[in-house]
Amino acid sequence: MGVRAEGSPSVNTAFLNRKNGAWLNRLSAAFFALLGVGVIYVLGKAFVDNPSVFTQQVMNGLQLGFIYALIALGYTMIYGIVKLINFAHGDVFMVGSFTSFYAIATMNLHRWPARLWPSMSEGLVVLIGTITVILLSMLVSGILAIVMERFAYRPLRNKPRIAALITAIGVSFFLEYFGALPFVFSNNYITYPRPFEVVVYDAGTIPPAAMIGMWVLFIVSVVTYIVMLVMGKKGNAAAQAWARHPLLQFGMLFGGFLAVVLTLAGVKIEVGGKVWDLSASNVMLVIMGASIILQVGLQYIVTQTKLGKAMRAAAYDKPAARLMGINVDYVIASTFALGGGLAGAAGVLYATAFKQVHHLMGIIPGLKAFVAAVIGGIGSIPGAFVGGLIMGETEVLAAGFISTPMRDAIAFSMLIVVLLVWPQGIFGEPPGEKV
Amino acid sequence: MALLEIKNLYVSYGSIRALHGISFKVEEGEVVTLIGANGAGKTTTLKTISGLLRPDKGQIVYDGVDITRMGADAIVRRGLIHVPEGRRIFAPLTVRENLEMGAFTRKDKHEIEESMERVFTLFPRLKERVEQPGGTLSGGEQQMLAVGRALMAKPRLLLMDEPSMGLAPILVEEIFEIIREINEQGVTILLVEQNAHMAFSVAHRGYVMETGVIQLEGPASELAENPQVREAYLGGG
Ligand SMILES: Nc1ncnc2c1ncn2[C@@H]1O[C@H](COP(=O)(O)OP(=O)(O)OP(=O)(O)O)[C@@H](O)[C@H]1O
Ligand SMILES: [Mg+2]
Repeated sequence: MGVRAEGSPSVNTAFLNRKNGAWLNRLSAAFFALLGVGVIYVLGKAFVDNPSVFTQQVMNGLQLGFIYALIALGYTMIYGIVKLINFAHGDVFMVGSFTSFYAIATMNLHRWPARLWPSMSEGLVVLIGTITVILLSMLVSGILAIVMERFAYRPLRNKPRIAALITAIGVSFFLEYFGALPFVFSNNYITYPRPFEVVVYDAGTIPPAAMIGMWVLFIVSVVTYIVMLVMGKKGNAAAQAWARHPLLQFGMLFGGFLAVVLTLAGVKIEVGGKVWDLSASNVMLVIMGASIILQVGLQYIVTQTKLGKAMRAAAYDKPAARLMGINVDYVIASTFALGGGLAGAAGVLYATAFKQVHHLMGIIPGLKAFVAAVIGGIGSIPGAFVGGLIMGETEVLAAGFISTPMRDAIAFSMLIVVLLVWPQGIFGEPPGEKV
Repeated sequence: MALLEIKNLYVSYGSIRALHGISFKVEEGEVVTLIGANGAGKTTTLKTISGLLRPDKGQIVYDGVDITRMGADAIVRRGLIHVPEGRRIFAPLTVRENLEMGAFTRKDKHEIEESMERVFTLFPRLKERVEQPGGTLSGGEQQMLAVGRALMAKPRLLLMDEPSMGLAPILVEEIFEIIREINEQGVTILLVEQNAHMAFSVAHRGYVMETGVIQLEGPASELAENPQVREAYLGGG
């Protein structure tokens, strides 16, 4: 390397100068824009050709998206508070699936109410049994996440961030291949016994009262929300607080999504002489319902409880949080517990949908949920929800109408497409605001 | 017995020592000011008292108890509250939530609500902005929030790190008026300041720090007359 005067131009750096970089960026933007147009064309054509099948696929995409959203919440919360991408999060999800597998297959836990009260109605038994299985999986996964944080991440908290990141990869491999041991989960694909039988609902089998109820819930919540927003704008502090309240979010999300899905499946739709053949399974409804309840529950904890406010405070400024008397270690452990718990619930829902468990099953859903969190803006809870739905829809629509083997490639390229438009993710905050 | 007693405190950042054996006292009911140039070690002293930093050597006794090795949250629970340099408001949290965080260690909801009302009487401007994110307040309002947040903890001893930093002169007056008021209500105050003139006007006693050691001490009125202090901190006049 020759000696060169400070700042003098050279052939090497000219190659890397910003103009060329900008040109390449525009090229890649144009490429993805073109790809986007192509995708929209293919999907649009699929919709026009067969609207019924297309709509059914969108509903199936929702089912998957709601599961990704639950997993993505854990990534986003943990990143928000310790700036760590917890690569082992997908494996916590896997452990959640296996917990429910053992609970159902060997302990028959999903039938416990029937054993205790043989006269209980079947519907109630299934409901209570399923909730119990989900809660157990959440508990086990939450504890696993706490243990992980305590022994793998906390000792590295004041070390360079890369150390914890690599440790996370190590923890991930540990869980995956510890699970592969014959006396743990084994390395077989195991058929998963659902906690309830599948029932498919379509026109005629969904009571109109259910649909109407959901629409009423949705409309009442939306109207209340708008009223509170308007009153809040005029300076009414109580209304401002209500506009942010998770109860309204619950009404809008639960009511809205279920109203649409139930109506699509339950009402006979006829367009141009052709009858749409849409259906919703109880698995789909349970996944959507459980996912929304858990997400809104999380919102409730984060925005309304002392612990949740302490989490947000600590995520923003840890030393200042300590000066408030907040035990930051405890708050971080709680964040891992909540994230792990949600992943555990997602594990039960995923296994119920796909009827199979395996010790490596967490890798791909974990990665997709991670991408979902980044798409939504990592650190943002609504972002995890929206990102999850985007990933679920992309995957299902890509598999259905573009190319089945390419579906994961297409799903992962959503990351590039979205980040081209929103570099911080959809709900991400611009950098430089944090202390 | 003094409410707070610092004995021969040594503190380092890695291998760099910032405090070289400082000792001082704060009696119950006093306003004591700690002044010194940039980098003298004032913030380091406060952070060590409130448990954010661990000293290499020395002892911190508060209310007769050795708190040198105590966790920051345990110290807060004893009523020793630190208003940090640069306000450190939780920007994404609303004004109300920031105040609630100040009362984090308290349990009684009713009493917390009462404290909040008292903060609002002291700072009516905060009341108008309760549901607004803390990060959207002006610098002066953020300082009021920082002080209000500390009061929510029911402090017995308040450590204040440059509360006048970056404020317009009229607001500086206002903040010092409030410091005096808080003190009259029975709260002991250890006040770190660059604005020595204002600090001496509210303080009973003062200490002058320079590169990690205490150079001078005495009643505020005496320090204000000290030629060295006048030269270095009161603009020569
Ligand atoms: N985090 C840190 N790492 C290393 N050195 C530090 C750190 N914080 C402070 N110091 C050093 O410790 C010494 C004392 O700093 P300190 O912040 O206590 O000064 P100060 O008196 O509060 O100054 P100012 O009036 O500017 O706020 C300085 O030399 C500073 O450079
Ligand atoms: Mg300082």
